[in-house]
Amino acid sequence: MNREAYEAVIGLEVHTHLLTRSKLFCGCSTTFGAGPNENVCPICMGMPGVLPVLNRRVVELAIRTGLAAHCTIAPYSIFDRKSYFYPDLPKGYQISQYETPICKGGYLDLPPTENGDTRRIGLTRIHIEEDAGKNIHGESASLVDFNRSGVPLIEIVSEPDLRSAEDAGAYLRQLRAILRYVDASDGKMEEGSFRCDCNVSVRKRGATEYGVRTEIKNLNSFRFVEDAIEYEVDRQIAIVESGGKVAQETHLWDPTRKETRPMRSKEYANDYRYFPEPDLPPLVVPAEMVEKVRESMPELPADRKARYVREGLTEYEAGVLIADRDVADYFEATLPGLKNRKGAANWVMTEVLRVARESDKPFVEGVPPATEVGALLTMVEAQKISLNAAKTAFAAMVNSGKTAEATIAELGLAQVSDESAIAAAIDKVLAAEPDKLAEYRAGRDKLFGFFVGAVMKAMGGKANPKVINEILRAKLAG
Amino acid sequence: MASELNKLTIAEASAKLHAREITATQLTRDCLDRIAAAEPKLHAFLTVCEKEAVEQARAADARLAGGNAPALCGIPLGIKDIYATKGVRTTCASRILENFVPPFDATVIERLRADGAIFVGKTNMDEFAMGSSTENSAFGATTNPHDTARVAGGSSGGSAAAVAAHECLGSLGTDTGGSIREPASFCGVVGIKPTYSRVSRYGVIAFASSLDQVGPFTKSVRDAAILLRTLAGKDTRDSTCSARPVPDYELGLTGDVKGLRIGVPREYFVEGMQPEVEKSVRAALKNYESLGASTVEISMPHTGYAIAAYYLLATAEASANLARYDGIRYGLRVNSEDHIALYETTRAQGFGPEVKRRIMLGTFALSAGYYDAYYLKAQKVRTLIRNDFERAFEKCDLIVTPVAPTTAFKIGEKMNDPLTMYLSDIFTISVNLAGLPGMAIPCGHDSNNLPIGMQLIAPPFAEEAILRAGDAFERTGAFKPRTPAV
Repeated sequence: MNREAYEAVIGLEVHTHLLTRSKLFCGCSTTFGAGPNENVCPICMGMPGVLPVLNRRVVELAIRTGLAAHCTIAPYSIFDRKSYFYPDLPKGYQISQYETPICKGGYLDLPPTENGDTRRIGLTRIHIEEDAGKNIHGESASLVDFNRSGVPLIEIVSEPDLRSAEDAGAYLRQLRAILRYVDASDGKMEEGSFRCDCNVSVRKRGATEYGVRTEIKNLNSFRFVEDAIEYEVDRQIAIVESGGKVAQETHLWDPTRKETRPMRSKEYANDYRYFPEPDLPPLVVPAEMVEKVRESMPELPADRKARYVREGLTEYEAGVLIADRDVADYFEATLPGLKNRKGAANWVMTEVLRVARESDKPFVEGVPPATEVGALLTMVEAQKISLNAAKTAFAAMVNSGKTAEATIAELGLAQVSDESAIAAAIDKVLAAEPDKLAEYRAGRDKLFGFFVGAVMKAMGGKANPKVINEILRAKLAG
Repeated sequence: MASELNKLTIAEASAKLHAREITATQLTRDCLDRIAAAEPKLHAFLTVCEKEAVEQARAADARLAGGNAPALCGIPLGIKDIYATKGVRTTCASRILENFVPPFDATVIERLRADGAIFVGKTNMDEFAMGSSTENSAFGATTNPHDTARVAGGSSGGSAAAVAAHECLGSLGTDTGGSIREPASFCGVVGIKPTYSRVSRYGVIAFASSLDQVGPFTKSVRDAAILLRTLAGKDTRDSTCSARPVPDYELGLTGDVKGLRIGVPREYFVEGMQPEVEKSVRAALKNYESLGASTVEISMPHTGYAIAAYYLLATAEASANLARYDGIRYGLRVNSEDHIALYETTRAQGFGPEVKRRIMLGTFALSAGYYDAYYLKAQKVRTLIRNDFERAFEKCDLIVTPVAPTTAFKIGEKMNDPLTMYLSDIFTISVNLAGLPGMAIPCGHDSNNLPIGMQLIAPPFAEEAILRAGDAFERTGAFKPRTPAV
């Protein structure tokens, strides 16, 4: 198979829960993990006679996301009913937006690849819709949990601008970073709050027409998205190579068998019969509201990166730190009282991220608090401890959860700067090594390091090296 | 039966209750006795809430004794079985909701409850409000109190008949294409459909969301004003409900119609209508002229398209609104081998023929490839009809028409011919499409002693104007409704 002769064309549809306290059209809680059917009311259960009332916060978060992704915010959009029957869909229709999404256009810039390429991925639209409940299939019966029914979602639809599984992965990571930056979503795939459908087709490299696409549904991890695309692209190329035609189908990814399989047409071939939702007035977003949201926007990743570079970090350092908002926030929380930003950046990138990688907890919970790391680094700057002592203390803090100060005291890592104590130790070392002293004085400058080491050893490694240097130099000079 | 307090109007009963001349308990007892006597012939109620009503009456009496009770405190009302009533079975006259007990109250039920009104029961209707005769009730038709061989009208036939037969002092209906005004006309009572958005729809089981509106049936226009005052107004649970302040409609009943310009649309006096209906309405118009109002002929050129547009839009919305009756969470469930079969058998057994017909019609109108030709086209017609009214109201303050082309027809007469049945609403449907307030008041009867209704239509939110004009007509005493035969 001549894979190189082909190009994949990929577009993604990402559904993400919005971080609101209450549901899209009723006051029920959106908390994940409640007991079955605890977060429900007549409205999200689709009882007869109930009506939806739009959650204002959802509109604000959709606008935030749209602004972060350079979209046009529609001053006027409407909600539509999307009709289909499924046991987890209580009204028999989903309230969504069809012809008039709240955000149109826009783009995401992918971070540079190893060879420095940057890519701009176009967005088609972002719209607001409600989630359905969840079917739970048992041996003798199926049950439905409606806690998720009515939880607000936005669907973010990309242009078919992605060309590989790696592209798709980079796009998803970038999108998730932005969603987290603007507090729109927690991006937790494992809780189903971030789900992805992929449209995949292949064509001969250089062709301008698109091939026939398949849709792969409901992928709930970045890994699955990448694996499914890899598999699907190979499958389609094989079909085309052997003279066949790709069928326009909807597929499901089977993560255990690592393959996609077509769904029965009965499972997806719906005429959704969209029409404007008569229970909700048109959504009018005045320019002032957009401006207000814009003013309330947190700093976006690209802006934050530029600021870090202005403040003295390298492109690379800034890029690593801003990739995850939690890491960047952590970095900034170590800074108060510190002079050396670069030192703090390096510390976070090496020590902290290493611990974070080894932990199975979410970033912030798996590492010591940023303020404590700040305290450690402040002590290093004030020469109260050595850099090595700081590393030792940090390693201990990961397990003990104790403060920097307590750890330093407990482990006796505080640095000795007392000149008389250091001078006494130097005198002892010089007295014990008369031969080396003579050699040094005869011109073997290299022995200076030997004396420093011997003094440090005599003081249990806690002496301030700067003070040792000064006094030692004076004494050696005689 | 000695006291017959049930024959009082709301205004009369309220005065007596507040003066402590009568008690809510006596008044409620008389209504319940009347219900017990009349129901075998009428079947206006699907559920009679005797126990609850007696308790509510006792509570109302305590409140009345304390003074300062609202006007509706202690007034027995009938509630169309389309309103969610907490703890009381709400069927929408459908097998699919036969045993459904809502865990919440509709907003208007909550408001009436807060005022101390008494609910004597849930009234019969066409299944899911789809019909013009109440014959589409899954639980049997309601008969007309003036002639039990005839229909009460529909879809709110039970509410109209119950008031006409003095089973309660007032009642609630809903009106999507004439479902308050037509039965009011057939039963000889007052029925008002307010401006779309004037009254909250929360807890009112939806038929066609952009057309449905809540309204009262009463024995007098004054009573309608009193009830509407409580029903109307902003509701945070209904996003389509207007925040406009609600005037005191009762204070607006001055009896003065001098200088009022009444428009009479040429298209509403059509060939084939019962001559006595036209005669009565024309006589009422003369009566208005004698009170100092003027009449002017107007034209509403798109009237002829109203029924077609209505049956596309209303059924399209209904096809989605009724999708929730799937046998999964509440209501009828017919167990089957898989969930798709479960939907099919549940809905096949749960819905009656007219409901199925409309669901299919609406599903078709929204289907891929047909949307533009049907749904979208009908929306355009709707705009043209609204424009017709806007233009008409440049020349007049009110429009007067017949409510229906005929008086109450015989039970069974139109059941096999849905199109003829749909024509019963030919004069009322445009008002829903335009979202305007419209009221039916009795203005005469035909040679069979069947009531004839006159329809008053006003610009949006001008309920005061139609109530004032209706009340002025009533005051002339030109027409006094007959006591029903039952």
